[in-house]
Amino acid sequence: MTSERYLMVFPELCTGCRECEIACSLKHDGVVGYQKSRIRIIRDVFEGMEIPVVCMQCIDAPCMNSCRVEAIYVDERGAKIIDYERCIGCRRCIVVCPLGANFLNPETGKPIKCDLCGGDPVCAEFCSTGAIRYLSPEEINSEELRLASRNYIKALIEREM
Amino acid sequence: MVLNRKLGIIDLGKNRVLVREIPVELRKKHLGGRGLNWYYLYNSIRPDVDPYSPENVLAIGAGLLTGFPALGAGRTQISTKNPMTGGVGDSNMGGAFGPQLRLAGFDHLLIVGRAEKPSYILVRDGGIEIRSAEHLWGLDTHTAQKVLREETGDDRAESMVIGRAGENLVSFANVMNGIKNAGGRSGTGAVMGSKNLKAIVASGDIDLVVHDPEKLLDYALEVDRRARNTKWAKTLGRLGTPLLYDVSYTTGFIGTLNWQYNTPGEDGKPLEAENLEKYSVKMVACIGCSVHCRHRVKIREGRYRGVVTEGPEYAAIGAFGTGVGVYDWEFVIKCNEMANKWGIDLISLGTTVAWAFELFQRGYITENDTGGLRLEWGDENAVLELAKMIVERKNVGNVLADGMLKASEKFGKDSLYYANQTKGHPNLLTDERGIPSFALGIATSTRGADHLRSRPGIDLFQLPEETLERIYGHRIVSDFTAYETKGIMVWWHELLYNVVDSLGICKFQTVFNSANSPRFEDYVPLIEFAAGIRMTKEDLMEIGERNYTIERMFNVLNGFSRKDDYPPERYFREETKRGLPFMKGRKLDREKYDMMLEEYYRQHGWDENGVPKRETLERLGISEPDYSILEVL
Ligand code: SF4
Ligand code: SF4
Ligand code: SF4
Repeated sequence: MTSERYLMVFPELCTGCRECEIACSLKHDGVVGYQKSRIRIIRDVFEGMEIPVVCMQCIDAPCMNSCRVEAIYVDERGAKIIDYERCIGCRRCIVVCPLGANFLNPETGKPIKCDLCGGDPVCAEFCSTGAIRYLSPEEINSEELRLASRNYIKALIEREM
Repeated sequence: MVLNRKLGIIDLGKNRVLVREIPVELRKKHLGGRGLNWYYLYNSIRPDVDPYSPENVLAIGAGLLTGFPALGAGRTQISTKNPMTGGVGDSNMGGAFGPQLRLAGFDHLLIVGRAEKPSYILVRDGGIEIRSAEHLWGLDTHTAQKVLREETGDDRAESMVIGRAGENLVSFANVMNGIKNAGGRSGTGAVMGSKNLKAIVASGDIDLVVHDPEKLLDYALEVDRRARNTKWAKTLGRLGTPLLYDVSYTTGFIGTLNWQYNTPGEDGKPLEAENLEKYSVKMVACIGCSVHCRHRVKIREGRYRGVVTEGPEYAAIGAFGTGVGVYDWEFVIKCNEMANKWGIDLISLGTTVAWAFELFQRGYITENDTGGLRLEWGDENAVLELAKMIVERKNVGNVLADGMLKASEKFGKDSLYYANQTKGHPNLLTDERGIPSFALGIATSTRGADHLRSRPGIDLFQLPEETLERIYGHRIVSDFTAYETKGIMVWWHELLYNVVDSLGICKFQTVFNSANSPRFEDYVPLIEFAAGIRMTKEDLMEIGERNYTIERMFNVLNGFSRKDDYPPERYFREETKRGLPFMKGRKLDREKYDMMLEEYYRQHGWDENGVPKRETLERLGISEPDYSILEVL
């Protein structure tokens, strides 16, 4: 199934404000608390690092494929959704996610991941810089993406110099 | 719950820690942050307490909305008795500490006593521990934070730390979080140093349960967008506060060569905001802020190659630029980095250094005092060397480190004429001579000369009087060179900034430099949806009044009165020499200033001597301090 829109991340635009993160935990659990966020900002001002980490809704999704009880399904937007009725909390999906974007909810012992907010991602709404955008394929500008990666890697290399 | 964060009381001398609830009634009277800090300090610091004695208390507070995703709600308040003035010492810091403190389970900390050895306080998951900091003593503020983060094993741990300046009790040492977030003013870092307290670390993740998350999210987004989409916030997000420099130096209200001039004129061109762009790596933000007003800067070549820091702000341009006659961004960036690592308030440092340069020019300070260093305007080396002397308390630096009041006793009384200060607290490098409302604001500020207690930035826009009346609820004269009604304007901003500091949100996202930014009434829904407390705009204004009056009473009990509410004498005697016609040849008129001051007192319900009247105290429910808060220890 192909989704209509993709949640895209442009780390070089991220200011580290964590508004996306806080909004995500507010929306899903009614709390401010990063262990409940489905998006996490790796932020280290001393290293000059602000990287949003969030599920990319892989097409051939390792989390889903590795789930032995088939607790992860794809919704009509392409979001990989965890069915907590089925989920046995083995946390295999957390381990196999190549992006580290499937997190542990320490309260339940079960995974939490981005569900695209049912089609209205609150993180993208709160992000003022365009570091997170919910884009349709037509809106995705490959040249912009190329430049974004280039600038980002350049910044990483520069930091070492 | 948002309202279940605790108060931690820590006695470093007795090695005791107590955890207490914060009653909702206190929230309704003071909100949190700055307001609650001062409720606690008013009732715990006796007038005879020396700021450096173990009996002085340091209060740390998160605002009621700290940690929420809107309006720069990442702020922390640090309050204590000010070593420079002996009155209110109070500082509001951005960054990430406050939100982390709340997630660690606390909203307020009260710290008293003096640790026997260098120590730090670890606030983690609802508990508080006092730990040894002997291995951290002597470290700069950045290194200390990195070590602490390693030590807690939590990459989200946030610390507020002091550097060399705080350890050496430099009276304007600050407290730092991250690269540049500073509890900058009022010598809070020196008070930490006097307690042998190197750092406070917050770590943990206790969810803040919100009253009505759905409504909160909708409203937060709306109000956040409104704040970030003002013209002011958009420009700020691109250029940072240096944008203010372009206005102030072209028109003529930036202190130059220690206020002998009010602008460097063309010489100052290299410091224009756009010229910072080439050093900027990206813009970064405090937690909960979508305005992102700070640059991450890097110098890639030349004599300061490899310097990486955040900022610099407008204030740094004055402090290490116009104040001392150096007009070079790279130098400003370098000094900015050094000040942040030393943990020293760069505003006070710059103003003190500029003062010392003028005292050298006039012969009050000689080479004998400086170890042979000549304090010549425009000499970068002399600026940096003198700054180091202050931080390390060497030569004349040892005298300057004690603050302008004490230092002037050594240099000769009339040296104080050249010090831009009120109540002994150095002003930032703005020249307020042509702008009476700004002058009143720095003079009446409870922490001593400072722009962030009340500066009505929008006064400069000369908005139509209907607009002003809509904002202020009073007739306000549009002309910014007028004195009439400006006392009311300053009063209104004092209340607003107090509420903002008590909520933990950012002043740049309230009515400060943009008339369209959110104000009192716009905070009402945020408070309700976040904390479940219903209030009106009038309630909030009354809280601002109550909180501000408590600070005023703290000063009154410490001997302050009308005599301490005047800007530097120089502003009354010397005319500005440069600038555009409306800024040139300006000085303050004493008679008119007095009228403005009295109007301001009347508006507050204070008497002619600036002392809150009995009926005002009764109306606001402020009683005599009972000094009971710390008795539980
Ligand atoms: S959680 Fe990880 S593995 Fe699963 S779809 Fe998202 S990115 Fe892919
Ligand atoms: S789309 Fe929704 S669930 Fe996914 S990261 Fe953004 S806010 Fe969280
Ligand atoms: S809201 Fe945008 S800028 Fe802020 S932390 Fe998230 S991704 Fe970064």
